[in-house]
Amino acid sequence: MIEKQAYAELVSKNAPKSKHFSSILRAFIIGGIICCIGQGFFDLFSACFPYLLKDDISSIVTLTMIFLGALLTGVGIYDDIGNFSGAGSIVPITGFANSIVAPAMEFKKEGIVLGICAKMFVIAGPIIVLGIFSATLVGILYWIF
Amino acid sequence: MEKGKQTIIFDKKPYIIGTYSIVGPMEAKGPYGQYFDHTIEKPEWDEPSFEKAECKMHRHSIIHAIEKTGLDESDIDAIISGDLLNQIISSSYSVREFDSVYLGLYSACSTIAETLIIGSLLLSGGHYQHVACVTSSHFCSAERQYRFPLELGTPRTPLSQWTVTGAGCLILADKGSGPRITMATLGKVIDYKINDVNNMGAAMAPAAAHTILTHFKETGRTPIYYDAIITGDLGKFGSQLLNLLLKDENLDITSRHFDCGSEIYGDDKRKFQGGSGAGCSTVMFNSYFYNKLKNKEINRVLFVPTGALMSKISSLQGESIPAIAQAVVVENLE
Repeated sequence: MIEKQAYAELVSKNAPKSKHFSSILRAFIIGGIICCIGQGFFDLFSACFPYLLKDDISSIVTLTMIFLGALLTGVGIYDDIGNFSGAGSIVPITGFANSIVAPAMEFKKEGIVLGICAKMFVIAGPIIVLGIFSATLVGILYWIF
Repeated sequence: MEKGKQTIIFDKKPYIIGTYSIVGPMEAKGPYGQYFDHTIEKPEWDEPSFEKAECKMHRHSIIHAIEKTGLDESDIDAIISGDLLNQIISSSYSVREFDSVYLGLYSACSTIAETLIIGSLLLSGGHYQHVACVTSSHFCSAERQYRFPLELGTPRTPLSQWTVTGAGCLILADKGSGPRITMATLGKVIDYKINDVNNMGAAMAPAAAHTILTHFKETGRTPIYYDAIITGDLGKFGSQLLNLLLKDENLDITSRHFDCGSEIYGDDKRKFQGGSGAGCSTVMFNSYFYNKLKNKEINRVLFVPTGALMSKISSLQGESIPAIAQAVVVENLE
């Protein structure tokens, strides 16, 4: 039979490839829509609560988007959006909410402590760890220079 | 038997006296939906978890296969079964209620071939009279074990396959009527160093090619001897690779080749390469092909389920995917 090296070449030559252009386009459109919704909430809250600071309104918008991401995951819609848009719905904060709620729902059957609580961060965990690590690193560099 | 020879010929050739297949809603919507015995409407099937639903399908297929043959549960001497879940829980838990001896097997998606080979050996050796061979897989339970939570919004790659929700049972007997298992070519573990867990077709194609080539070499038969050469779940790309590999060795099976994984969902683009899973080849064989064999529309088939033998741990540790294919010959004898 064929050599392993030759087979690897045969596989990579013939394998169907991801359609990059349409993936990027879909991610751009859906990601853009999610950002526009966020901006919409920002404008709405700014109009409703004119006495609040800009930073506070940003925090409320973030909370609203997290809530919406979690809600859409709970009712089983977010995975369909994600399947269509890829990074477009993974990168915004709604995707982060999805990555926590999805395993929490999935592992409910294994109990509250060892199921939901233990598995909740199985996907978001690395993001949090790397986020804190890189923030610390940048913080140290900022403090030195 | 010659030492190291992979093909065994059964002295007493066991009969497949009955089969049963049960599938999920997605499989029922495919082009072969009409051939399956039973469809569950929801993946949970009124159970609290997907694992329990799979177990119920497993048990259901055994009970109804026995019923279809007109036998009694007490007539079944042995149940040989397997599935994809860790510690093959669907199999072991589903046979708790039966009063038969039990052998639990794991050979990923090729498990059904292993159950048929061991079942045939037990019958051919005159040890038992009736043996049930069962496998199952469930999209939702496999997905959470091998990949991501169901509700996670990630796109699938174009090389991915969709685990078939389905269970099937074949009842083998030393006497009776129906198609018979005449010989088998046992497979070797073949590893062509494919690391991408989404590309199981490429990992399994060399194993399928190896077993098929060995079968024809050792038996002296040619592909035209068979009415169909049925591979398990290579998928569309895996099938293409199999045909390329065999053409390299001057063997052309394209006119007779049928891959259960490629065909079970038809041209559904969302399933990419098609179906996979321990239930995939079983439900296709038990329904579409068994009917054709029984009606003598086809008389000789080479059934070659394929399995990718990796686990989530081995993949995370950077291991490649070893694969296996076992071939079983099913024939209508005069």
